[in-house]
Amino acid sequence: MSMDRRQFLKIAGISSLLGLGATAASATHNIWVKGINPPEVEPNPVALKAEHWAMVVDMSKFKTEADFQKTFSACHTIHNVPDVGNIKEEVKWIWKEKYEHAFPDQENPYMEEKLKEMPFIVLCNHCENPACVRVCPTKATFKRKQDGIVMMDMHRCIGCRFCMAGCPYGARSFNFRDPRPFIKSENKEYPTRTRGVVEKCTFCTERLAVGKLPACVEAAPKGGLIFGDLADKNSEVRKIVETRYTIRRKPELGTGPSVYYLMGGNEHA
Amino acid sequence: MLEKALVGSKKYWAWVFFLGALAASGFYYYLQQFNYGLGLTGLSRDVSWGLYIGQFTFLVGVAASAVMLVIPHYLHDYKKFSKIVILGEFLAIAAVIMCLTFIFVDMGQPMRIMNVMLHPTLNSVMFWDSMVLSGYLFLNLMIGWVTLSSDRKGVPPPQWIKPFIYLSIPWAVSIHTVTAFLFAGLPGRHFWLSAVMAARFLASAFAAGPALLIILALIVRKMTKFDPGKEQIQTLAQIVAYAMFANVFLLGLEFFTAFYSNIPGHMESFKYLYAGLHGHHELVPLMWVSSIFAAVSLIMLLIPKIRRNEVTLSFACIMLFISLWIDKGFGLVIGGFVPNMMNQIRPYWPTRQELIIALGVWAIGFLVLTFLYKIAITVREESAGVEIEH
Repeated sequence: MSMDRRQFLKIAGISSLLGLGATAASATHNIWVKGINPPEVEPNPVALKAEHWAMVVDMSKFKTEADFQKTFSACHTIHNVPDVGNIKEEVKWIWKEKYEHAFPDQENPYMEEKLKEMPFIVLCNHCENPACVRVCPTKATFKRKQDGIVMMDMHRCIGCRFCMAGCPYGARSFNFRDPRPFIKSENKEYPTRTRGVVEKCTFCTERLAVGKLPACVEAAPKGGLIFGDLADKNSEVRKIVETRYTIRRKPELGTGPSVYYLMGGNEHA
Repeated sequence: MLEKALVGSKKYWAWVFFLGALAASGFYYYLQQFNYGLGLTGLSRDVSWGLYIGQFTFLVGVAASAVMLVIPHYLHDYKKFSKIVILGEFLAIAAVIMCLTFIFVDMGQPMRIMNVMLHPTLNSVMFWDSMVLSGYLFLNLMIGWVTLSSDRKGVPPPQWIKPFIYLSIPWAVSIHTVTAFLFAGLPGRHFWLSAVMAARFLASAFAAGPALLIILALIVRKMTKFDPGKEQIQTLAQIVAYAMFANVFLLGLEFFTAFYSNIPGHMESFKYLYAGLHGHHELVPLMWVSSIFAAVSLIMLLIPKIRRNEVTLSFACIMLFISLWIDKGFGLVIGGFVPNMMNQIRPYWPTRQELIIALGVWAIGFLVLTFLYKIAITVREESAGVEIEH
């Protein structure tokens, strides 16, 4: 077979391209040939799983200001929540509100002063029908199918703040400026945020994945915050909700909040 | 035809440079906001939308109002509007450009704005709003350009443009309906949770837009050789009067529902806006200016003698425009956030930088409008006296 220079170069060029391609493919063999599908990744055997994560808040267990601060700072420290120092640009995932503010329109003029002024812990309700997810134009906030947690993709959020208008609980905060200078001691295990994105409580998905309870639940006084699977008949949260008097914030809006407030406190399941 | 915007009198260029300077100062402060974040504005955790979204909402209405010229002209064959329908379409283009710019400056992460197209989310009203707005911009650009080019050549517009013109009618209604749905579908925001919101939006749009158009037409007549026409302006004035009446009526319905039902959540925002709540009266003077201007301008428009006099008519239109600008461009958005979801009052007032940025966006819109009107009017002046059958 005779070959002129032009033909030789053509074939040599093509084969070297193919060769290069082959090397590249073999170097990243796992990604390109097999591919990684989420179901094929071995789940962490110790991860906590549920069909419907929910929380019961028992305010009677919170006796002192220190009880509150310990709970809030556990969350805010772990998640690099900045302390901006003013109400206008405040970022918060979990905090307290007086009864009349946590449950507006439920107070009455003759109500026991103690209850009216009583602080209630508030956080994202991880709604069954979250309005924030419904309105988000980019799916940056979404409801996780397997366990109902309402999550945030900080890299996709465009900062339109439609979710903040949509959330009836004021659970969402916006980074009005670079939050990093306001983080006292950065936790390198958890990402910090950039300015211009919305954030909120995530029920500590990163801790559940390694078998730990949410940070606030761990830091709260014993029995103050109870966390579990509402779909599981034998879970503590389910037993409390079934047998005791609990209320939710603004249930009339149909959002289906997953945070329940136990009234009357004291001993429970 | 673009070259026509490049030739003009000293006055024309002075106006262009004035607007350019305003736009530049807005851009200067926008760069600050871009680098620092929205903390530069008066927005807060509790009032998370403000002046920018208010302006956006108001201007969507101005854009939609072009349909008030298109319907009489193309559906009812009202020939007199053939001279000025282009002014409405070009106003719509400038208004949509302002809308899109206001959305852009309101974003926390503006460089990610294309995520709306990359991850289309059908359940989000904002996705639909961006779709219908860009579609409307495209429709008006095309229709305005094709019809004006035909006029310039002295021939009727091509037949193929007709379906697009008819399509632009429901499309105009859709942009303002979808914009109303941004607000009217949120649980817990009682002030916005109203079935008449979209209707109210359309009514106020069809009043404010044509009122602005009357003012613009009077300016055009004064500054150029092109006369939009006395009768045309009178027809517009009647449209403004009807639409404003509908708007005031619909606002009255909101008051009735809130106060007769006596439900606190429904009354509180109204109380905050018009009377003050828990010692906060920040917006009360502004809202009363809006109400008084609305009442006075409506009465002026309803009295034929006052409406037919172009001097008094222009006063009525200016008052009406200011009234609706306050009501929809400011009060409506802020009222939805005060009191907040915890029933607390956290007032909002735009910062200096925020105001200049907003002014800059308006300047960009008026710059576009000036160029477009310059082109349209030059074509009209050249073909003056030649009546073209549309």
